[in-house]
Amino acid sequence: MELANIEKLLDKYLNAETTVAEEKELRNYFSEKNVAPHLQEYQMLFNYFSAEKEEKYTKTIHLKSQKSKWKWLSIAASLILMASVYTGYQKNQQVKAEKVYAETLTALGMLSENLNKGNDAIAQLQEFETTTNKIFKQPKK
Amino acid sequence: MYLNRHTNENDKSYTKLKMNQSEFLNIVIPFKDKVFRLAKRLLVSTEEAEDATQELYFKLWKNKSKLKDYNNVEAFAMTMTKNYCFDRLKSKQASNLTLVHSNYKENDTSLQNRVELNDSVSIVHQLIENLPEQQKLIIQLRDIEQYEYDEIAEMLNLKPTAIRVTLSRARKTIKEQLIKQHNYGIS
Repeated sequence: MELANIEKLLDKYLNAETTVAEEKELRNYFSEKNVAPHLQEYQMLFNYFSAEKEEKYTKTIHLKSQKSKWKWLSIAASLILMASVYTGYQKNQQVKAEKVYAETLTALGMLSENLNKGNDAIAQLQEFETTTNKIFKQPKK
Repeated sequence: MYLNRHTNENDKSYTKLKMNQSEFLNIVIPFKDKVFRLAKRLLVSTEEAEDATQELYFKLWKNKSKLKDYNNVEAFAMTMTKNYCFDRLKSKQASNLTLVHSNYKENDTSLQNRVELNDSVSIVHQLIENLPEQQKLIIQLRDIEQYEYDEIAEMLNLKPTAIRVTLSRARKTIKEQLIKQHNYGIS
C-alpha cells in the first residue's frame, strides 16, 4: 500500500473515523518489516494490538460451584448414616427378641420339669391312699 | 415396577440437562478469550482476570434461562464483564489493597525508566494502563477486539459519537506519549 494512503488512514485513525476494515489494513501494513522510519511509533502500537489479541484463556470453565458438590455429598452421607443406624437398630431388636425367646423357652422347660416332679409325688400319694384304703375298711354309709 | 419408572425419569432429566449445558457452551465459549482479555485489561493481574472469567461464566450459567431474551449474548457478556470488573476495582479501593496498588505503581514507574526502548510491547501496555478507565475500556474493545461502534455502544450503553470522541482522545494521547518516549530514546 502507498505511504500517502497509509498516512491518510492514520489521520483518520486518530480522529476515530476509520472503519474496522481500514484498521485491519493498517495492522497488515505495520506487520511488515519495511515500515517508513517516521511511522515506527505506529508500528509499536499496531503490533501490540495484534499481539494482545492472541492471548487466550487456557483454564477450564466450571459451571457448577464446588460448594453445591459438597452439599450433595453431605446430604448423601447423612442419608447413608441414617439408613445404617436404622438397619442396625432393627438388627439389634431382632437379636434381643431372640434372646428373650430363648430365655422364656428355658424357663418354661424348667417349669414343666418341676411340674412333672410334682406329678410323680402326687402319683406316690395316690398309691399310699389306695393301700390305706385296703387296710382300713371304709365305714359303711 | 415403581423403581424402574423412577430410574427412567432420572435418566431423561439427566440427558436434558446435558443437552442444555452443551447448547449453552456452544453459545458462550467462542468469546471466552475476549472476556478474559477485557478482565485482564481492567484488573491488570492475570490471576484476577482468570477468577473474574470463571465467576462471569458461572453467573451466565445461572442466568441461562434469560440468555434467550438477548439477541446479542456476546455484547451482554461483555457488559457483565465490564460491570463485574468495575465492582471489583471499587471494592479493592475501599479495602486496604489500594496501598498495595500504589506501591505497585511506584515500583512500576521506576521499572519503566529502566525499560529499554526496543521493548515496545511493554511501553504501549504501560501507556494504555495509565489511561482513564473509560478510555482503556474503549481501546480494548475497538483496537484489540475490533468491535464495530454500534456493538461497543450496546455494550457500554453510550452513543456511538460519544465513543468516537473518547476513542480519538485515547489514541491521540497514546501517540503523543509514544513519540515523546521515542525522541527521548534517540537523543
